[in-house]
Amino acid sequence: MVRQGRCVMPQNNTVQLSQSGGEQAFLFSSGLLAPDSPVPKDLRSPQGTVLADRYNIYRNNVTVGLINAVASIFPAVQRITGPDFFRAMARFYIRAKPPSSPLLFEYGRDFAEFIEAYEYAQTMPWLPDVARIERAWLDAYYAADADGLDPARLAAIPQERVGLIRFTMHPATRIVRSLHPAVSIFSQNRADGEVLPVDDRPEDALITRSGNQVQVRLLDSGAAEFLVALSDGAHLQDAAQVGLSLNPDLDLARLIAVMLEANVFSSLEMDHIDD
Amino acid sequence: MSKASISTVLLAGAITSALSTLAIAGPLTKAEADAAVAAKKEKCFGVSLKGQNDCAAGPGTTCQGSSTKDFQGNAWKFVQGGTCTSLQLPGDRKGSLTPLTRDT
Amino acid sequence: MTRTHLIRQQPAGKAETLRFTPHRVAGQAGTSFKPEHFAAILEDPPQQGFFEVHAENYMGAGGPAHAALEAIRRDYPVSIHGVCMSLGGPSPLDPQHLERFRILVERYEPAMVSEHLAWSTHENVFFNDLLPLPYNLTTLLHVCEHVDRMQSTIGRRILLENPSTYVAFDHSTISETDFLAEVVRRTGCGLLLDINNVFVSAANHRFSPITYLEAFPLNAVDEVHLAGHAEQVDSEGQPVLIDSHDGPVADAVWQLYETIIARCGAVPTLIEWDSEIPDWPVLRAEALAAQEILDRHGATGQVRDAAE
Repeated sequence: MVRQGRCVMPQNNTVQLSQSGGEQAFLFSSGLLAPDSPVPKDLRSPQGTVLADRYNIYRNNVTVGLINAVASIFPAVQRITGPDFFRAMARFYIRAKPPSSPLLFEYGRDFAEFIEAYEYAQTMPWLPDVARIERAWLDAYYAADADGLDPARLAAIPQERVGLIRFTMHPATRIVRSLHPAVSIFSQNRADGEVLPVDDRPEDALITRSGNQVQVRLLDSGAAEFLVALSDGAHLQDAAQVGLSLNPDLDLARLIAVMLEANVFSSLEMDHIDD
Repeated sequence: MSKASISTVLLAGAITSALSTLAIAGPLTKAEADAAVAAKKEKCFGVSLKGQNDCAAGPGTTCQGSSTKDFQGNAWKFVQGGTCTSLQLPGDRKGSLTPLTRDT
Repeated sequence: MTRTHLIRQQPAGKAETLRFTPHRVAGQAGTSFKPEHFAAILEDPPQQGFFEVHAENYMGAGGPAHAALEAIRRDYPVSIHGVCMSLGGPSPLDPQHLERFRILVERYEPAMVSEHLAWSTHENVFFNDLLPLPYNLTTLLHVCEHVDRMQSTIGRRILLENPSTYVAFDHSTISETDFLAEVVRRTGCGLLLDINNVFVSAANHRFSPITYLEAFPLNAVDEVHLAGHAEQVDSEGQPVLIDSHDGPVADAVWQLYETIIARCGAVPTLIEWDSEIPDWPVLRAEALAAQEILDRHGATGQVRDAAE
């Protein structure tokens, strides 16, 4: 694969073999996320200009670029905290956990945990879960394409065998469970509009993609456990049992209808019964 | 074969009912309706901007004033600018930001 | 998306397996493709031109990003512009990222593929910026090895873009133009000449952009970039230009562009606009301005296309 030898060192080369590129990159990068560290040696700018100001352009680009990336992934968190608080928090985050992947849409997977530990966010115990919903939103957005389950396939299953259906989840489907009203807070803050007081209660979010649209739904009590069981490969009857045992009022008919509409599943299979 | 304690009849009934109401299945709750609206709005305004790689070498640097020094900032100046104070949860769990000024 | 899977199962490399019409990019001006312009582009589709995307934004598995790019690619040539391969760094290229890039090129059959003479990742940290490197034999060997690796992985020639920089290195022993010429000679890659970058670097390092362009290996240039920059001053009041991509192309850059096109012919030209993105008609007008210059010189000069 690598065509070694095409880049051979020319004979009689008089070019000075200087400081290695590796050391250089190390020196240059050392100060990018460390505002107090000195300007790396080996750099220069024209006479009369301020070298530190020049190096600071890179520091600023790196810092602002990464903070902007975090802000674009977590707009509801930013609206909740306000931009000043958010950018201060994100600045600490990008220094503590800079991205390792060059794909920025993968960034921020540990932002919720960071917020959980962040001293000044302790009065907002629901904030990490709002961040988890936003991260799941972006996962759903970029998840692999797949057709949703055709309701006709479900309709074609003989009634006496529906308990043995297993579903395959659509690649975009995500569930975020919260002890707080994270879904209500998320939905009020993901776009502009009035923010009203919310009841303090646990809320579970269902994140799906239907067509090209990511949707976030609030799940009834017991529904998250039902879906998690299905996702783990449980038969429909066992998953329903899990959900109903937690919430006897769980409306299975409505839940299944919403699941179909939301594109939660991509396919189903039947286990064969030995007659 | 797993033992079912939920009746097959009940399950089959739920599926039949689900399939018949599919076209009219509404949002689960007000919050869900709000979330759906939020998602729709975002779609109109270009959601795919989230987490984009750009090769603009100066995001923020061209804004006037303090943003050119955004790389600094161990300065903590938390202003209440967000919506969190409106979120008023019952009891002591009220959302709030503690305004602080702490320079380190 | 089913179509994608069906077609991908056919043997690769045959003309009949092309998924898209190979639209011509020769002599054309294009723009960055920004998702917020998608609806406007569909409503009022340009008669000609091409679109360039940043490779990394299409490296997700699926979803709306790919749906939009598929639609664009059906009607226009597309250029894939990598912004984080880190060709200019000392570390080996990320094999995962190379593979993602290969798949993307295979999927969209772009008219042009380009990357930067810069680095962005070091020791597993991605800095999300195009960072500068000294020009010497050590870095030349690194860059050549990386360009070779990228070209052999994706199975085609790439265009390497000259950077805009704010600092220079004591340990640079080769000029940027000689460095680029040597990379071209050793790897067979082409060049993407970013004229705004030339202008920004020239101002920041106090050299003449004309002198730089006279030393530039123009024969290898298969694409030109134009973009806006911002003027600032440092703490001593000395001017510094920022490669901000947040506004229209500066008049001085248009003049340099016309000089280059008059000399080189109608090289495919892209208007970049990445920040403070305007409405589609504004961006399109910039491309039309470039197209006018291309047309004026394309008639007399040669019309150049990106080599495969």
